[in-house]
Amino acid sequence: MQHLIRFLIALLIVPLLLTSVSAQTDPRSLINAMAVGNLKARAAQIEALAATGDAKAVPALQALSDGALYFRKSDKQVFIAQKSGKNFDLIDPLTAENIGSFPKGSVSKVKVNNSLRRLIRSVIGTLTLLSPDPQIRIAAAQTIFKTGDPESLEALDRALVQEKASNVRSAMELARASVILKSDSTDADKIAAITLIQKGDGREGLPLLNEFAAQSDGAVAAAANKAIGEIEKTIALLDIGQTVWYGISLGSVLLLAAIGLAVTFGVMGVINMAHGEMVMLGAYTTYVVQEIIRTGYPGLFDYSLALALPLAFLVSGSCGFVMERTIIRFLYGRPLETLLATWGVSLILQQTIRTIFGSTNKEVGNPTWMSGAYELGGLTLTANRLWIVVFALFVFAALFVVLKKTGFGLQMRAVTQNRKMASSMGIRTPWVDALTFALGSGIAGIAGVALSQIANVSPNLGQNYIIDSFMVVVFGGVGNLWGTLIGALTLGVANKFLEPFAGAVLAKILILVFIILFIQKRPRGLFALKGRAVEA
Amino acid sequence: MITSFLFKALDRRAIWVVSALIALAILVPASNLMLPFDSAFHVSNFTISLIGKYLTYALLALALDLVWGYCGILSLGHGAFFALGGYAMGMYLMRQIGSRGVYGDPILPDFMVFLNWKELPWFWLGFDQFWFAALMIVLVPGALAFVFGWFAFRSRVTGVYLSIITQAMTYALLLAFFRNEMGFGGNNGLTDFKDILGYDIQSDTTRAVLFAASALALAASFLICSGIVRSKFGKVLVAVRDAESRSRFIGYRVENVKLFVFVVSAMMAGIAGALYVPQVGIINPGEFAPANSIEVVIWTAVGGRGTLIGPIIGAVLVNAGKSVFTAAFPEFWLFALGALFVATTLFLPKGVVGSFSSAMTWLRLRTGKSDAPVAEPTVRAAE
Amino acid sequence: MTKSAAGSLLYLDGVHVSFDGFKAINNLSLILQPGEMRAIIGPNGAGKTTMMDIVTGKTRPDSGDVIFDGGIDLTRHDETDIAQLGIGRKFQKPTVFESHTVWDNLELALNRNRGVFATLFHVTTQRDRDQINDILETTRLVARKDELAANLSHGQKQWLEIGMLLAQEPKLLLVDEPVAGMTDAETEETARLLREIAKSRSVVVVEHDMSFVRDLDVKVTVLAEGAVLAEGSLDHVSSNQKVIENYLGR
Repeated sequence: MQHLIRFLIALLIVPLLLTSVSAQTDPRSLINAMAVGNLKARAAQIEALAATGDAKAVPALQALSDGALYFRKSDKQVFIAQKSGKNFDLIDPLTAENIGSFPKGSVSKVKVNNSLRRLIRSVIGTLTLLSPDPQIRIAAAQTIFKTGDPESLEALDRALVQEKASNVRSAMELARASVILKSDSTDADKIAAITLIQKGDGREGLPLLNEFAAQSDGAVAAAANKAIGEIEKTIALLDIGQTVWYGISLGSVLLLAAIGLAVTFGVMGVINMAHGEMVMLGAYTTYVVQEIIRTGYPGLFDYSLALALPLAFLVSGSCGFVMERTIIRFLYGRPLETLLATWGVSLILQQTIRTIFGSTNKEVGNPTWMSGAYELGGLTLTANRLWIVVFALFVFAALFVVLKKTGFGLQMRAVTQNRKMASSMGIRTPWVDALTFALGSGIAGIAGVALSQIANVSPNLGQNYIIDSFMVVVFGGVGNLWGTLIGALTLGVANKFLEPFAGAVLAKILILVFIILFIQKRPRGLFALKGRAVEA
Repeated sequence: MITSFLFKALDRRAIWVVSALIALAILVPASNLMLPFDSAFHVSNFTISLIGKYLTYALLALALDLVWGYCGILSLGHGAFFALGGYAMGMYLMRQIGSRGVYGDPILPDFMVFLNWKELPWFWLGFDQFWFAALMIVLVPGALAFVFGWFAFRSRVTGVYLSIITQAMTYALLLAFFRNEMGFGGNNGLTDFKDILGYDIQSDTTRAVLFAASALALAASFLICSGIVRSKFGKVLVAVRDAESRSRFIGYRVENVKLFVFVVSAMMAGIAGALYVPQVGIINPGEFAPANSIEVVIWTAVGGRGTLIGPIIGAVLVNAGKSVFTAAFPEFWLFALGALFVATTLFLPKGVVGSFSSAMTWLRLRTGKSDAPVAEPTVRAAE
Repeated sequence: MTKSAAGSLLYLDGVHVSFDGFKAINNLSLILQPGEMRAIIGPNGAGKTTMMDIVTGKTRPDSGDVIFDGGIDLTRHDETDIAQLGIGRKFQKPTVFESHTVWDNLELALNRNRGVFATLFHVTTQRDRDQINDILETTRLVARKDELAANLSHGQKQWLEIGMLLAQEPKLLLVDEPVAGMTDAETEETARLLREIAKSRSVVVVEHDMSFVRDLDVKVTVLAEGAVLAEGSLDHVSSNQKVIENYLGR
């Protein structure tokens, strides 16, 4: 009998236990529970919700705090309500699904007061600090860092105990330091906190420390002020770093635009005013490749640039080859005539593209691996810029190897240094000329592939780069590949440093004026070749 | 001194050209104003402003030829001097609008009112006086050429390097004039002119007078150029063009020689721009575009550099061609212009006039008549 | 100025020039008296042309004194100044103004005010014409005076260039390989021309052609590796052991 009674009790209790267990772990029922009970009960309900450790409860809690949590009178279901006209749009607190519109009278607000709001705030902090998603944990820590709510100290400590991920830990420790500054901890603790904030994300911590320094005095204030000084120094450094990066990024664009010119103008001495159009042809090749992929093989889109590179090299290269054979070879030794003739070619090429593709800008997409951004020690590097810098350096290195290490490069240098001698040694100089010019043009073409990612692809694309490219080559020193590299990067960085003071256009003007003056001072550029050979 | 200069300037060919231009300056406006519309010899308003524009282009090409054809300085920035002269004239014309602008401000041009400026910038002062504007038309381009040339020629920047930095110069000015803050009307430039020296700028008489002024300015510049190239200084110019370092070794200060023609040429280009603006009714930063300056080079090359008549013929020919082409097949004008660049450099390096006189010399030699050789520039020499 | 420069026309002392580490001129010293004619010989790369470049202002020495006419520091002047001071130079490769006539070439070279405005308003005087005619006589170019310089033969171009030097009326003439590529008759004629010129001014001749140097019959300086190897009469230097090793012996 006793057994039976025990069994019956057990029968009664187990479901009770089960329900209480499920009540503890199921946020929905906990949320719905808030439809009933007074404010005092609400505190218990909130804490129960917090005890689930489930970050999904956060929107509901937030809504409660904001006074946007309502329950439907008919079934006591709790929703987040959004006013829409005379009705409320009810949103499921867990799935964020819009349930539909209900008249005002059919719902009732879940009551809340200020002391509950405070509780909610710290509970939210705790909940999200324990969220399984590290991103959310970091976000929670950062929120606490900004508010410095002393109530969250406990939650932080609890979270810190079980936190494994180091980046989350450091965010939490920063948040803790911020809380300590606002709390009435000992001076020693506060100074430790200041140090921690200073070492952490300085830019974010600056307003916090400023506020703190204004309110406190003595050793703590001194420590805070010192930390502020340090942080400002770091920020200044970071700003310089960021500007340098932008400069390098611009410089790499200049390098890409100029590097083909470094071959045709620098090595061969041919003034190719159609160089910009070779870049443009490369960009249009990319466009055509992407169009074909878009219509026929959408899956290949991420490989479109890889496919476009060799094609662009071929298109621009063969265009350059034809140009050399039909026009430029008749004008060797007459640089000014070459300038005019190639300018004519550039007009023809522009108009051809305009006739075929129209004069509007063409959309060239970024593959997924070129979107997004990377963080590097406080600097933000966008993916497309980063790839272009890498690509520019790669092209530079490849060209360097071709010129210095291959047989073709050797022949090329031989022909440019002493044409007669080279030809008498059996080098087919016209052939070398044509191929060199094609190489320079082809490189311009692959530069076009890269530039299509950041510039407007239009028939005028080349015109925008031609003067800059010449400036880079002339500034760096004609005939010197390193000069082109250094020249491009210097001009890029200088431009970006001037921009904050002068604005983009004026910065560019200043750079042009600087180069004009520089050429007066060193007519042969930064890295001039010396000796008698140059005099010719 | 001056008389001998003019005497030398007026050789047979120069007399012919100058008289033709003076005749043009009288006859065309006369026919436009006096002959009835249905007369076969009546020149329409459209034609007169078109030819008037060509004449200013011809003056610009002549200016370029003086430095390029005779001294070997290929300037790819002469459009800048032209545009500066044009802006100086435009500023005068803007100030003449007075309170007739859209905003009715008696002093400030419309664009300044629009930008909320309260006062006229200092560099606009004085431009309400024609004499001051006229002075600036030559002084501003001249000063820019002087400063630029002073640095460039002193440090012996030559050949393509010089060409590239002249191009950079006009490009920098292009960017600068596009800025509203510069105070030259930004993107839109200067336009909506009302009158010049008190006469309505749209009227037939004003148009005719501007035409005559362009023709006379061209004639006067032709005379000056002719005087320069026929003087001993002109021989020095060619000497510098052909063998710069040799000229130094016989004691000529090459940088001064170049600086002088460069400044003179820039001033002429400025005058051309000043005459151009009232005839087309607008000046905007587009005139600084490097492409424009290169186009001037091709006019000169087509006509024949190193001859004074060549650039005039070239400018008129190419622009007439442009007018016809852009009306008939607008799509193809750039193809034609591009092909012209290529064809001229490859097949007609001396230009129309140069090739013609070579042919004449050849004919004369064949018919056995010997004549003093004409100092035709060799093609290579002009580099 | 250095005392020893006084009285000399051209004085070089301890001159050094190097291009990218290559020592083109290495402690070169040389003194030329007014009215003296000097022949300079030496193997290729001995620094003969570089020496002329230094004297005429084309190349600046890294160190050393270059003094003209007893007191003018040539290192402070450029080509134009130096030409106007009275140093004329004839290049190895004849350079005349090809698209000018022979007459115009000479007129341009005349020692007159060469300023921009002076030339702009210049009127050719009887004195100009007489002087040009004299030079045409001397250089035997009278018949070709209206010909374009481009149409002259190689030898005639050389003479025209020498004529242009005469028109400059320099105190010192630097002549770089005047007989390179000339026929024997032309060479003899050139030697005669130079001797005539040397009557009234100092001349420095750089030459490879030994028989020509013998014809000139003047003091010879032998350069090697940028420095003076020997100096004296041709017979004297050609018996010098070092000269034989460095130059003649090869």
